Formats: sequence, C-alpha cells, structure tokens
Amino acid sequence: MNSPSIEAVNLSKRYGSFPALSNLNLKIEGSKCVGFLGPNGAGKTTTLKIFTDMIRASEGRALINGIEVHPNKKKALESAGALIESPEIYPSLTPREALSMVAELRGLPKGERRKTIEDAVAEVKMEEWLDKKVGKFSKGMKQRINIAAALLSDPEVVLLDEPTTGLDPRGMAEVRDIVKSLKKRNRLIFMSSHLLNEVQDICDEVAMIDHGKLLVYDTLSNVTTRFSKDSGNVIEIEFLRDIDYQSVNKNIASLANVNSAERIDSRRVRIKFSGGAPIQERLLSDIVTMKIGMISFHSPTSALEDTYLNLIKDTL
Amino acid sequence: MSQSPTRLSSSTRTQILPSSISQVGTVTKYELVNYFRSRRFFVLLVIGVIISALLTVLVGYYRPADFMSSSLKFYYNWFGGSVTFIIILSGIFYGGDAISGEFQNKTGYFLVANPLRRSAIYIGKWLGALIASMIMLAVFTAIAIGNGVYYFGLSIPYQLWVSVLFGLLYLIAVLGFTFFFSSLFKSSSISILVTAILFLFAFMLIQTLVEGLVKIEPWFLITYGAQIITNTLIDPYPTTSTQGFGPNVFTSYATTIPEGIAILSAYFLITAVLGLLIFERREFT
Ligand SMILES: Nc1ncnc2c1ncn2[C@@H]1O[C@H](COP(=O)(O)OP(=O)(O)OP(=O)(O)O)[C@@H](O)[C@H]1O
Ligand SMILES: [Mg+2]
Repeated sequence: MNSPSIEAVNLSKRYGSFPALSNLNLKIEGSKCVGFLGPNGAGKTTTLKIFTDMIRASEGRALINGIEVHPNKKKALESAGALIESPEIYPSLTPREALSMVAELRGLPKGERRKTIEDAVAEVKMEEWLDKKVGKFSKGMKQRINIAAALLSDPEVVLLDEPTTGLDPRGMAEVRDIVKSLKKRNRLIFMSSHLLNEVQDICDEVAMIDHGKLLVYDTLSNVTTRFSKDSGNVIEIEFLRDIDYQSVNKNIASLANVNSAERIDSRRVRIKFSGGAPIQERLLSDIVTMKIGMISFHSPTSALEDTYLNLIKDTL
Repeated sequence: MSQSPTRLSSSTRTQILPSSISQVGTVTKYELVNYFRSRRFFVLLVIGVIISALLTVLVGYYRPADFMSSSLKFYYNWFGGSVTFIIILSGIFYGGDAISGEFQNKTGYFLVANPLRRSAIYIGKWLGALIASMIMLAVFTAIAIGNGVYYFGLSIPYQLWVSVLFGLLYLIAVLGFTFFFSSLFKSSSISILVTAILFLFAFMLIQTLVEGLVKIEPWFLITYGAQIITNTLIDPYPTTSTQGFGPNVFTSYATTIPEGIAILSAYFLITAVLGLLIFERREFT
C-alpha cells in the first residue's frame, strides 16, 4: 500500500514567547533513513515530541502516514514506534514484562508475543537480562531495552531521538546495523543525532535545523555538494616533529594543485587541493619524499561535518 | 486474535490495536505488578496489619466496656474508629504521586509515545491504585470481622456491610482527589506531602473551624461526607443537634446518608474530570 510518511505543516512551538520551533514544513516519504541534525537547543527533540503527542504544537500540524497526531494520537501512532529522550521503565519490572506491556498495548497477537519479545531483546543483545529487574540496569542497558520497545511492533515509521546516547561503541555499531536492516524492510526512520559519521553512515537524507528553523532538507549527497565549500578535497597531515610556517608555505603550499595549506597546530597541517583521488595520491607521495616527518595523511572531517559547520555557524 | 487483512502496514505481522478499554486493563495489570513488588505496598500492608494487631491485643487484654456492649458498638469502635485513616493512608500512598511520579521518574515517557489515549493511562493507573487500596481495606475489614466473630459470633450487623460500602465510596473519592492533585505537580514528594497535609490535617481543621466559628454545615468537605461511614454504625443514626443557649450554642452536624453519598460522589466526579483534563493537556517536556 502507501509508503510510510511523516509530515510537518507550519509546525511551531513556543514556550512562553520563546520560539522553540518555527514554521517547520517537512515532508518525508518512503523507505529511508533521514538524519535530523542541529545544535543543542535547535528544536529536534521538540519536533519529535510533537510527532508523538508528548507536547502540543502551538501552531501547525504533524502527520504520520497522513493521520494528524493531535487529536488522533492513537490512530496516528499505531504505525509508529518512537524513542524520545531515554524514558525510564518501572524499576521493578523485567525487560520481558515491560515489553509485554508494550506488546499488549499495541495488540501483538498473543501467540507471537513471547517470540517477538525474545527476538527484540536478542537484537539489542540483552538476552541475558531478559528476566532481571530493570532497576539495576546501567544507562546503556536501559537504552537498549528502550530501543527494543520502540521497534517491538515492527512499526513502519520509526522516530528516534539520539538513539545511541549512552551506548558503548559496540552498542552504537549494533544500533546502526539495526537501523540499516530496518531500511531494507521498507521502513521510514527519522532520527536525530549529533554523531555526523553515524548519520553519514546510515542515513540517505538529512534535515538540518537551527534555532527552530529548518535550514535544509535534501539527500546526503546533494547537501554535501551544495554546502560543503571545499567540495570534499581536504586532507590533514600529521607530523612527528613540530613544523614551522616556512616549510609549510614553501614546500607544501607550492605543490601543484594545492590551493592552500594552513597550520592547525604545531604538528598538523590542513591542505585544500583541487582534483580527485589521483591528485591526492600524488600529493601524498610528494610529501613523503620531502622527508619532513609526516606520519599520517587522512581526510580530517567528513563531508557532512564540513557542511554542518558551514551551515551552523554559532552555537546557541 | 484474528488475522486482519485491513492492516495498512506492508509488514507480514498482523496486529490490531486493542480497544481503549482493554488498554486500560493492560495499564492496570502492569501497575499492579509494579505495586506488588514495591516496598510501598508492603509498608502500607504492614501498617494496616500493625494497627489491626494493636487493636486485637488491646481489646483482648482490656476488654473495654464500650467495645463489648454490643456487636454494633464493637464494629463502630473498631472499624469506624480507624477505617478512614486506613483509606486516607492508601489514598496518599497510591494516589499522592501517581501522576507526578510518572513525570519525575520519567516512567511516563515510556508509555506515552505508544498508541493509546492519555486517559487510558490515567484510568488504568487509577484502577491499579484502587485495587491495591482495596486489598488493604479488605485485610483490615477481615481482621475486624475475625475479632468481632470471636466476641459476638457470626451475627454480623448489616450496618457493617453498609459501612464497608461507604468506605469503598470514600476510597474512590479519595483516590480521585489524590490523582487530581498529583497531576498538578511535577514532583513526587511535594504532591505526596500536599495530599497528606490536606487529608490528615487541613480538612479536619477547616471542618472544626467551619462548624465552630462560622456555624454552617461543612457540606463542601470530603471528610464531612465520609462521616456516613461511622454514622452508619450508630444506632439510631445520629442527627444534627444543637446544644447550649445564647452565644454558647453549639451545633454538631451529622451527615445524612444521601448527603454523604452526594458529597463523596461529587468529589470523585469533579476531581476525576479535572484530573483527566489536566493530564490530557500536560506536556511531557
Ligand atoms: N519545557 C520547556 N520550557 C521552556 N523552553 C523549553 C522547554 N523545553 C525545551 N525548551 C527550549 O526549546 C528549545 C529546543 O529544545 P529541544 O529540546 O528541542 O532541542 P534539541 O534540538 O533537542 O537539543 P539537544 O541537541 O540538546 O537535544 C531549547 O532552546 C530549549 O531551551
Ligand atoms: Mg534533544
């Protein structure tokens, strides 16, 4: 049938006179992962909370699969799973019980509940803890259960607010894999995150927001080519010894195809160059032959980070 | 559960959202699971048992004449004397932070983003608190009856059952009230404190002041309505009476049964509606 969708129409939220979200218009449709980026206080959580009817919009509408979340919360959220701001589970319940509650509320068929819960808990690698009380869990363990709860009913639309906060590196990687597998199953994932490499890794599109206003919503590649001023050709070099301005200017900046070379600190230099991978290869061998103590040669920031830093100038 | 072809999802799973009523049942069920494992439930039960044990020992040892004169007198003193305290205690323990705690501990955030009405959460939790409190009330009543049967045999005066029913109505009203109050606050301890002060002191104080100084019937107080629980255990049922002369006249007001039922029902209905409305509008910020 229809592909999953979420839509914000002139969505605004004011706290007193403070505009936490201003006139957000955003329509996301189809099976994909959309990263929701923006600095602290930009309005990401606010947006996601309106979509789950946790807070009420001051103006505008939020729709999930074409159904307005307020006042049709029950119907709208039927096909959505959400994890917003790490909720707490009743400490005396076990993951099995907490997830049973969700399963019952969402009407999972009785005969499937047990297996569905066990699978969901296995997916977040918490099988060992299935029948232990949540009260003693660490932050990351609770977050894993929260992720399992959000995905339990295999919802078409998945809303995640910084889902990997509190997770260990392996946990983060596992969540990335879970999200990737969701995409393959025709799911729409809308996910806020501060981890740009995570977004670059799993998302197809990004929406960037700052001061409650949407700056851009486009595919990852369009966004990076449009807004990344260096078009990706940046390289960072690290030296074993301190390096002086002179050798940077004289030796590196004068190499063919190099547009600029600037010292980041005493042992690191950032080079911007034009041309593609062949030029990059040549630059590397050139600098090696200079024998000035280069020990590493790598892309300093992701294209997305570059874009982000260009679009979002000031913090708060 | 039947296989539904109307499911919009492209997923293979078939699931039909349960009715709001059955979602209320689910919330109640897990609320009770949580209660039964909580320290609070046992502390309260222990308090109820200690009060009952104290009464059992004291009555057994001293055999106070007032207790022993008739079985109705016995239940009046035993049951009528402490049941409102037991009810208030349950109301404070279970209702005092029922909603505020969901915000403070962020447990409400776990449920609220699911496809169920906010009212289903509120009502489900309310029913859970009611059932847990009823267990307490039942234990207290059972021990009272056990003692009564020991002294007076199986002829339990019908007034006791009426009184228990009124006690239940009072419990319902108290929980409606405490839930409403707890939905006004974001902090557990403050909402527990406020409801405790109200029920343990403030209402009594206002009642005394209104009756003694303003000299009007305190029909607007829930505790005044609750007097039917004890009045029922008095034979004949007490009536409003005036004593003294001139400026020293003192009226002792007695709630009639219809008045009491009306007061308690009104408290429940009004606070339930207000509490629900507030919870519907509360923001999970
Ligand atoms: N209850 C509230 N009362 C007043 N202002 C609020 C409230 N909740 C949020 N805000 C304000 O709304 C703005 C947006 O907050 P929001 O939580 O949506 O930011 P965010 O993008 O999720 O930030 P972060 O990356 O830090 O999670 C912030 O400036 C915040 O101060
Ligand atoms: Mg946030």
